[in-house]
Amino acid sequence: MWKWIQRQSSPKIFYQTCANLTPWFFWPFIGFLVIGLYWSLIVSPADYQQGDGYRIIFIHVPSAILSMMVYAVMAIAGGIGLIWQIKMAEVVAKVSAPIGAAFTIIALVTGAVWGKPMWGAWWVWDARLTSELILLFLYLAYMSLNNAFDNPRTAAKSSSILALVGLVNLPIIHYSVKWWNTLHQGYSVGTGGLKDPDMQIALALMFVASIFLYALLVAIKAKTEVLIREQNSRWVQEEVTGAVS
Amino acid sequence: MTRRQNRMLLVALLLFGVFSAGYLGIKAFNENLLYFYTPTDVANGKAPIGKSFRVGGLVEKDSVQRRDMMVSFVVTDNNKSIEVNYEGILPDLFREGQGVVTSGSLTSKCVKNWFGKGCKYIFLATDVLAKHDENYMPPEVAAALEATAGKE
Repeated sequence: MWKWIQRQSSPKIFYQTCANLTPWFFWPFIGFLVIGLYWSLIVSPADYQQGDGYRIIFIHVPSAILSMMVYAVMAIAGGIGLIWQIKMAEVVAKVSAPIGAAFTIIALVTGAVWGKPMWGAWWVWDARLTSELILLFLYLAYMSLNNAFDNPRTAAKSSSILALVGLVNLPIIHYSVKWWNTLHQGYSVGTGGLKDPDMQIALALMFVASIFLYALLVAIKAKTEVLIREQNSRWVQEEVTGAVS
Repeated sequence: MTRRQNRMLLVALLLFGVFSAGYLGIKAFNENLLYFYTPTDVANGKAPIGKSFRVGGLVEKDSVQRRDMMVSFVVTDNNKSIEVNYEGILPDLFREGQGVVTSGSLTSKCVKNWFGKGCKYIFLATDVLAKHDENYMPPEVAAALEATAGKE
C-alpha cells in the first residue's frame, strides 16, 4: 500500500490511476445520487413545521460539510507538496479549489433560499454565515494566487501557504454555532436533531454521493492538469497524439 | 537538520502561529461576534442601551397579542423575559414557543395604576426573524413528543 502511494508521485502513474479510478467514482456517485434523491424527496416524511421546505437540507448540509472537507484536503495536499516537494500533491490541491468553491456557493445559496421563507431574511451577518462567506473568499484568493504565477511550482508554493493559513477558519465555521449566539441553528447531525430515521438515511446517502462527486471531479480535473504540466514529456505527447489518431 | 525537516518545522510554526493568532483574535472580539443578546443579558445591563441591537429567545406561550399590524409578545430565555412590540409582517416560522431574533432598541413604558406609577423596559422591534432549532421531525413524532412532555 505504501509503495503504491509512493509510486503515485510519478505523473505518468498518477495520470493512469486517475483514469482507472474515474468509473469507480462515477457509478457509485450516480447510484448514491439516485437512491439519495428518492429517499430525500419521496421516502422522507415532511417536517412538522416547515413542511416540504426542510428538504433543502439534503443538498445544503452535504455541500456545507464538503466545502470544509475539500478545504482541509486542499490545505493538507498543499502542505505535503511544500514539505516533500511532491508535484502530484500540488495538482490535487490546485484542482480541489474550484470544486470546493462550488460546494461553498451551493451551501450559501441554498441556505439563503431556505432562510428567506423560514427566518424572514436572505442573509444575516451572524458568525456561521460570515465565516462560511470567508471560506468562499479563501477559495477565490487561493485560485487567483495560484493563477498569478507562470511557474506552477512557485504558484503552488505561495498558494499552499495561503491555504494553510486559511485552515484556521475551519474550526471557526464548525464551532461558530456553539461558541456564539447565531441565527443559524445548532448541529442537527450527530445530536439526534433529525428525529426520523428516513431523514438520517437520506442525508447520509446524499453525503456519500457528494464525496464520490468530489473524488470524481478531482480525478477528471487532475488528468487535465497533469497533461498541461507535463506537456513537454514524451509520454504525454504519445498519449495525446495516440488518442487523436 | 535536512532541508525537508527544515520545511516541516516551518510549516508547523506557520500553523502554530496562525492558530494562536486566531485564538487570540476570537477571544478579543468575542462580544462583537454575538449575533443577539438574551433577555438575561438585557436585564444585567450587558446590552447597549440607547443603541440598536438584537434580542433573541423563545416567544412565551400565550403572550402574543395583535391589533391590526401591531404585534406584542414576550421573549424569554426561561430566566428573564422582555416585552417586544413590532409592527409589520412576521416570518412563517414565528409562533409561540419558537425561537425568534428581533432587532430594535429599548424604550421605557410607564403605566399609572392604583398602586402608583410603574415603569418597565419594552423592546421596540424594527425587524423580527424566526430562529429555527436543530430538530426536524414528521408531525406524528412532534405530536408524540408533545404528549409525553404534557404528562411530565
